[in-house]
Amino acid sequence: MEQTKLVEVQHLQQFFPVSGGSFAERRVVKAVDDVSFFINKGETLGLVGESGCGKTTLGRTLLRLYEPTDGKIFYGGKDITHVNMLPYRRKMQIVFQDPYASLDPRMTVGDIVGEAIDIHHLAKSAQERQDRIIELLSLVGLNSEHANRYPHEFSGGQRQRVGIARALAVNPEFIVCDEPISALDVSIQAQVVNMFEDLQEQLGLTYLFIAHNLSVVKHISNRIGVMYLGKLVELADSYELTFHSVHPYTRSLISAIPIADPKVNRAAHRIVLQGDVPSPVNPPSGCRFRTRCPYADACCAESEPEWKEVSPGHYAACHHLDRVR
Amino acid sequence: MNTTGSNAATGAAQNVHNPDYLVDIQHERLSFFTPAGEVKALNDVSLYVRPGEVLGIVGESGSGKSVTAYSIMGLTAYPGRLIGGDVWFNGHYINTMTEKQMRRIRGNEVSIIFQDPMTSLNPVYTIGDQIREVILLHTDKTKQQANDRARELLSLVGINEPDKRLRQYPHELSGGMRQRVMIAIALACEPKLLIADEPTTALDVTIQAQILNLMMDLKKKLGMAIILITHDLGVVAGTCDRIAVMYAGKVVESGPTDDIFYHPAHEYTKGLLRSIPNLNEQEHKRLIPIEGSPVDMLNPPAGCPFAPRCRSCMKICLNRPPEYTHLTDAHFSACWLLDKAKFEAQGEEKI
Amino acid sequence: MTKKNPLSFQLNVDDFLPATEAERQSLNQLRPSVSFWKDAMRRLRKNKVAMVSLFVIIVIILLAFVVPTFYPYRYEEQIKGALYLKPMTFSPDEQARIDAGAKIFPHILGTDNMGRDYAIRVMVGSRISLLVGIIASAIILLIGSIYGSVSGYFGGTVDLVMMRVVDIIYTVPDILLIILLSMALKDPLMALAAKPGWEWVQKLGVNLISIFIVFALLYWVGMARIVRGQVLTLKQSEYVTAARALGASSGRIIRKHLLTNCIGTLIVTTTLQIPSSIFTESFLSFLGLGVAIPMPSLGSLASDGLNGLTSYPYLLLAPALLISLIILSFNLFGDGLRDAFDPKMKS
Repeated sequence: MEQTKLVEVQHLQQFFPVSGGSFAERRVVKAVDDVSFFINKGETLGLVGESGCGKTTLGRTLLRLYEPTDGKIFYGGKDITHVNMLPYRRKMQIVFQDPYASLDPRMTVGDIVGEAIDIHHLAKSAQERQDRIIELLSLVGLNSEHANRYPHEFSGGQRQRVGIARALAVNPEFIVCDEPISALDVSIQAQVVNMFEDLQEQLGLTYLFIAHNLSVVKHISNRIGVMYLGKLVELADSYELTFHSVHPYTRSLISAIPIADPKVNRAAHRIVLQGDVPSPVNPPSGCRFRTRCPYADACCAESEPEWKEVSPGHYAACHHLDRVR
Repeated sequence: MNTTGSNAATGAAQNVHNPDYLVDIQHERLSFFTPAGEVKALNDVSLYVRPGEVLGIVGESGSGKSVTAYSIMGLTAYPGRLIGGDVWFNGHYINTMTEKQMRRIRGNEVSIIFQDPMTSLNPVYTIGDQIREVILLHTDKTKQQANDRARELLSLVGINEPDKRLRQYPHELSGGMRQRVMIAIALACEPKLLIADEPTTALDVTIQAQILNLMMDLKKKLGMAIILITHDLGVVAGTCDRIAVMYAGKVVESGPTDDIFYHPAHEYTKGLLRSIPNLNEQEHKRLIPIEGSPVDMLNPPAGCPFAPRCRSCMKICLNRPPEYTHLTDAHFSACWLLDKAKFEAQGEEKI
Repeated sequence: MTKKNPLSFQLNVDDFLPATEAERQSLNQLRPSVSFWKDAMRRLRKNKVAMVSLFVIIVIILLAFVVPTFYPYRYEEQIKGALYLKPMTFSPDEQARIDAGAKIFPHILGTDNMGRDYAIRVMVGSRISLLVGIIASAIILLIGSIYGSVSGYFGGTVDLVMMRVVDIIYTVPDILLIILLSMALKDPLMALAAKPGWEWVQKLGVNLISIFIVFALLYWVGMARIVRGQVLTLKQSEYVTAARALGASSGRIIRKHLLTNCIGTLIVTTTLQIPSSIFTESFLSFLGLGVAIPMPSLGSLASDGLNGLTSYPYLLLAPALLISLIILSFNLFGDGLRDAFDPKMKS
């Protein structure tokens, strides 16, 4: 099957200046540091990592909601790093994490969904606009009665659906899903995950699915990338990553996840990492994971590990790949 | 003497509780009287905790799990009020205790750690101040002795360089460290019960593993009971002896961990277990979600609160709240389907 | 043989039939829609002080705008022989006519030094004061909110420069500027008034126009600062990021997302600005820098009333009381609005 690259980033960098410290120090948070990957049309690339790893910043930088400090972004083969984004806003959209904060409390649900239609002049008459809004609402399981209500009258799961309908209003090809289910109740999460899958099939969407819950990411993604302190440490097919990961961080992340099965839990061998995640303002030299890595040695402090292809389609950055295996 | 659960008819069970239980809650009802109306947060909740065991309370937002735990400590926020049932803790009858009496047992016999360590610690006091505060409040130790004890506690919870840490402020510590400090404060007076309200929800998964490990270690060392409140079934699977599943202010199922996971009796429990993606599955299986939305607590349904979302909902489920059925001695559930089986069996006998 | 039902006498087989979809859905009613406005209005209605103030404002507006149209006297009409009449009395001339059978509307507040009915002068004076207050506040709202939102939204150097301009404007002495402007504009405006279509300039007077100009130049800075503060907070909201991701222009974001979410603050600040503007106009008129005669304003009436204070106290009392009443009721109503629009309201 022919795979075409829809989205690609090369050596993407996003540094934020940090205030404080003397005039001489110009500290930066290296939120995203030299990240490269691509996403094929129709696939879902999952991105996992813990707090401070930069996955949310990466998602937003991809959409140029933050301007990248360095590196390139490609969409459909074209370099969009410095172009006017307005036409691309119709192709690339985003769903946010917090359903309570991402909807304007003063607008009705219908207006929220219809805003995109208004901005890009997608409807020729008021009737057409209204029809399209109702169509979008029903795509996400809401009905026309909901269009005149305000966000505060809905539950978290319903608000998230409104956010999804808003993203779909421009008929996008690519959606960045920024932790879309983390703020929802467990029983609602499954509904929304299923809806994402159905919409992908129906509308031929491509997703970048960002989350910290690896179980959900593995369920919905074709490939998964693991980030740590601004760097991509491993990238592979979902099953390959879950069962045959090579990077020590990925291994410990997977083993730390509590499985909802008491016998499995009791039998599980946990790699419990010592220490805390270092601050992204002052990351460790060389390999950033070395302060918590059970395999770290002197060479890990000296140089950053190379991004190598370990097996077809499976990449990782670690000095000790052979030992880990 | 045991009047939890099924013997609901014995209304005269007041002031009678099981002395073997550390916590004995019977038919608790609690409502919040807000300007919008009465929010019936707890609608007949019964559960118990034995000394030294870990009870997991699982539920979603609006289930009442935190409210139940807070009511044990008398921490129900205004405008909430206990309007029915009995709450016993360590021989004390919480319903009639005064605020002064409650203060003596809080931090002392029962402690609580909260979800968000960032806002639970006072940003203008050092860690040392906050740990010493609890020690000085409940014991007659001197300041020096309290400081020694604080240092002891910090090493107990796995924080190294305790002297340096005692002088630091909360904002200088990471999330995981702050949660450890919260645990240290909670354990300062060696309570019999530790209530952990979503202690790891705000933490990264690798830190969560550390903290849960720590809690289980401490439980073994100090022999305290733990009530672990969470929505994460994975967390309870690995740590709890018994589980109570709550939905819309009611305990819908309760029993030993293995029973709940391998022989779930309530449709809600079954639904939850089905809807979580399993990391270990070998191929992609579509999730089976629970349809519908959580209950509006201002206007809960007259019958079983889960009825509108239940696949097997029957007419009776809409009108009358189900009673508890015991599947084994320790495992019970409130569901009309279980009664239906009994009823049908009974009916067949007559014929 | 009795069938012993172990559960309860109310159960029967039918109860255990599966419930239909309709029966289950009947429990899923959405609560009636409560919009932000309805909620705020509900809270406002409960506030007795605010409601009483609103009533007073409405009465004053009626008196100022509606009643004069059918009032039997005109504000510039001078009645001979009826100077300095006490309230509810008639001049000997009028008395004679009444005895002869004519009907003459009583002078509720007496007459002033030129025989003009005082009640109508006070009413028209209120009209002028209210108009000045409302128009001035509208100007302040317009300029202030646009300036503040642009400054807050763009931030960085734009914000820095715009706020320094605000700081400078704060230092300008307003009364001095009004006096200077009146002096400077007197001749040019007179020349303008002579041209056709510009007669209203003459009617309003140079002073009043100067006041409006100064309001537009100086008084909007308070509103600008408040709006800027609100916008600085609101622009961090995720729904603003969402609007940017949709491709919304800055203008659209400011209009539809930022200002609409400040509307509570805008309304309250404007409502509280009205009495402030009225007060400014009143004391300027009191000093003789206000409307041109014979048009009355409460301030100028008070100023004139000062002359005969000992013998004719009502000439000062009436306008002074009315100024106080207007300012007090707007202030109390504004407070009530602020409570009703409290941003900490829970949905």
